[in-house]
Amino acid sequence: MRAAIARAARAARFPAIAVVLAFVVGGLVVLLTGNNPFSVYKQLILGAGLDYPFHWLPGNPLGVDPDIAKFNLVATIVATTPLILAGLCVAFAFRAGLFNIGGTGQFWVGGVTAFVIADRLSGLPGPLLILLAIAGAALGGAVWGAIPGYFKAARGAHEVISTIMLNWVAVYLGQYLFGLDGPLKGPTENPISVDIPDRAKLPGIWGDVQPVHAGIFVALGAAVAFSLIFRRTAFGYDVRAVGFNPEAARAGGVRVGRIIVLAMAVSGLFAGLAGGGEVLGVNYHIASNEFAPLQIGFVGIAVALLGRNTAIGCVLAAFLFGALQSGSNQLQGAFASDLAVPLSQTVQGVIVLLVSAELIGRKLTTRRVARRPAERLPDEGQAPAAP
Amino acid sequence: MAPPNVSPSGPPLLELRGITKRFPGVVANDGIDLDLRVGEVHALLGENGAGKSTLMNVLYGLYHPDEGSILVRGEPLRLRSPRDAIEAGIGMVHQHFQLIPVLTVAENIVLAEEPHRGPLMDLRSADRQVAELSSRYGLTVDPRQRVEEASVGQQQRAEILKALYRQAEVLILDEPTAVLSPQETEELFTVLRGLREDGRGIIFISHKLTEVLELADRITVLRRGRRVATMPREGATRESLAELMVGRHVDLSGTRRPTRNIGRPVLEIAGLDVDDDRGLPAVRDLAVSVRAGEVVAVAGVDGNGQTELVQAITGLRRPAAGRIALAGRDISRASPRQALRAGIGHIPEDRHRHGLVLEFSIAENVVIEDHFGPPVATGGWMHPRAMVDRAARLIKAFDVRGGSPETQAGALSGGNQQKLVCAREMDRSPALVIAAQPTRGLDIGAVEFVHDRLIAQRDAGGAVLLVSFELDEVLELADRILVMYEGRIALERPGDGATREELGLAMTGSLAAEPAPA
Repeated sequence: MRAAIARAARAARFPAIAVVLAFVVGGLVVLLTGNNPFSVYKQLILGAGLDYPFHWLPGNPLGVDPDIAKFNLVATIVATTPLILAGLCVAFAFRAGLFNIGGTGQFWVGGVTAFVIADRLSGLPGPLLILLAIAGAALGGAVWGAIPGYFKAARGAHEVISTIMLNWVAVYLGQYLFGLDGPLKGPTENPISVDIPDRAKLPGIWGDVQPVHAGIFVALGAAVAFSLIFRRTAFGYDVRAVGFNPEAARAGGVRVGRIIVLAMAVSGLFAGLAGGGEVLGVNYHIASNEFAPLQIGFVGIAVALLGRNTAIGCVLAAFLFGALQSGSNQLQGAFASDLAVPLSQTVQGVIVLLVSAELIGRKLTTRRVARRPAERLPDEGQAPAAP
Repeated sequence: MAPPNVSPSGPPLLELRGITKRFPGVVANDGIDLDLRVGEVHALLGENGAGKSTLMNVLYGLYHPDEGSILVRGEPLRLRSPRDAIEAGIGMVHQHFQLIPVLTVAENIVLAEEPHRGPLMDLRSADRQVAELSSRYGLTVDPRQRVEEASVGQQQRAEILKALYRQAEVLILDEPTAVLSPQETEELFTVLRGLREDGRGIIFISHKLTEVLELADRITVLRRGRRVATMPREGATRESLAELMVGRHVDLSGTRRPTRNIGRPVLEIAGLDVDDDRGLPAVRDLAVSVRAGEVVAVAGVDGNGQTELVQAITGLRRPAAGRIALAGRDISRASPRQALRAGIGHIPEDRHRHGLVLEFSIAENVVIEDHFGPPVATGGWMHPRAMVDRAARLIKAFDVRGGSPETQAGALSGGNQQKLVCAREMDRSPALVIAAQPTRGLDIGAVEFVHDRLIAQRDAGGAVLLVSFELDEVLELADRILVMYEGRIALERPGDGATREELGLAMTGSLAAEPAPA
């Protein structure tokens, strides 16, 4: 137990330093714009509702308005929910040595699948409908992830290229489906779908207007599953073996090609769940102009990097980014609103930069030790496809 | 005794005094003294990690010693970089050649000190100078050949010429015979003797005791960073040197332990063609059979199709044609997992690349082949206890030192990593063990251990296919010897009916293939 805590502390040390440094850099940016970084950061914290727990202190010495703080904290948790899943998506692929940049496409395929099920099977009883829609989202994301995995396993196509390409396929497909002549556009003039039926909406758990929805349980459950897979299952063992040393894994009988496909599928599954959760729990409809190739998948990379590809790390990092996102929405008072979002993005960017710089540095140094100089080129990516 | 043309009274050509080099947690060199006389071959012996490479890197200006001094002809010398070493007349032939493949031999040799005419490099003069050097020392090379098209032996000669071109008086050769066939080794020794006659000093790093005894005038033995002895060749024996290197008595008798009981064929290969990574034929129309209770050794110089042969048998590479059968079952199209399950134990050539997942713990590594099923897992759910128990048992049985089941495999020394691979592969009592270069880079103690285990495997009725570039190993272990040259079997001999000479000739293709004796 003590060893586990020490290990966790060691793992968290650098990400923590990166976060602090990023806020220092962000503070300097605020200073450059002629504002006081401390008051801006205070505003950010309040805007994210992070002061909420203090209203329970006897006598509420900080003078927290529980209603406003709750409203803000709810917004933070709502924003955190898809980020957890997006982070798990990237982290899972990372563990297999794969870089899944296709989170956005997988997110949207999951979201659209969930919408179609909720919309077209609306006659089903609520709980069944919700379960089906969530399962559909998971499956859609998994398929969209498995495709580049298959390309990699069968032909050696690099997953970075193929996932980016599939992002665009998903985006254009979505723009068409929900566009002006699209089959899923609602009856209005606008390129927006109808709302899903009420019984398909994820139940709210906490909060009123835009409540924390049941998707948070899905996200946390996914994090637990992620952790269990790597701790205890043969599949997780395979994924890690392939990630560390695919050639030794293959020589040891691991079916590398199959594991690559499956790892990408699970990775995509997480993103698909994120998309399903947003449709079923937050937006209830899909608008054509929401489809853009970047965003969620990229934030997922940041979450996974900061979270060190661990489940708990992804949850914590997602919460940090969720708080930044929702907090900066509340910054108008202290800080010009057109600067608020760039500020939070600056902080995010610096975090990613620092964390990846450290990772790259480590990779370079370990590679120098582990690799032998007279190595011949392996027949990389030529692993046979799953039978 | 020094060679006749050298006065023993003059100052040594080179002297290292009290060299100490520390790395975090290790003293790699601990007060080492070494001197090299004019016209002397001084062998530096030691196991892996004894400090040979560190010492030579100090001498070549790559490391700065924490203590000690270097003197050339009695003059103290400060080496800040290899450039200083080169200027002081020290030349080094690295184990991995430092040549530029796309340049010609001559261009490589004159590199950084090119002859020029005006602003232009004078290639003709470079060719001429190289040809002169080459004929003077009997180092046959074609100056205009591109290095990538030159043989390993020619590349090594180019490296030596490069040092001589830069007027090296001291030549350091790091394991120069590791890549050479026996005949090439003899040629190299002739060249080195010529250089000795010419008054140069040679530091010859090796772990092959026979070669050291054949070539060296004096021998210095390092052990764990310390110099344990410096002695003239006269009076040294393989046994005494091995004991100095290891620090305990070692059985070097190399006694052959022939098999007593040969059974049915286990591995049968017929008409096998395998292509290499570039799609060129690497193994051609090959036929091999290995029977229960025998060790069949595939000898040969690296790069003659041995790697591809092993990969084909273990399912890592699809054969282009032919049949591979294990105990009568066709496995020529088996996946690695199917090949393993059919009864193959594979000790791969490169344990870092194929043998172990270095980031995994020992416990995780020992279950790689069956981690998905009983007893290690049920229904995809793994039982850490089963893993750890097996690892603990194998650590004990194979004397793996320096780790517990939870230790990362990458933290073990090379010898212990290899023991771990052997332990895992032999624990399943496979019908066939394929051991590719199983003792490369291991120290004497570990070599002994691995050899004993292979023999034990055979005596227990297993078939063993050994692939080795070391003739000593082949001659000691094999019940039958096959020499592979350019993808074919160039020679087959019973283990006790082979001479080094004919094996060596077959390895270089100088012996026409002949039908195997019955």
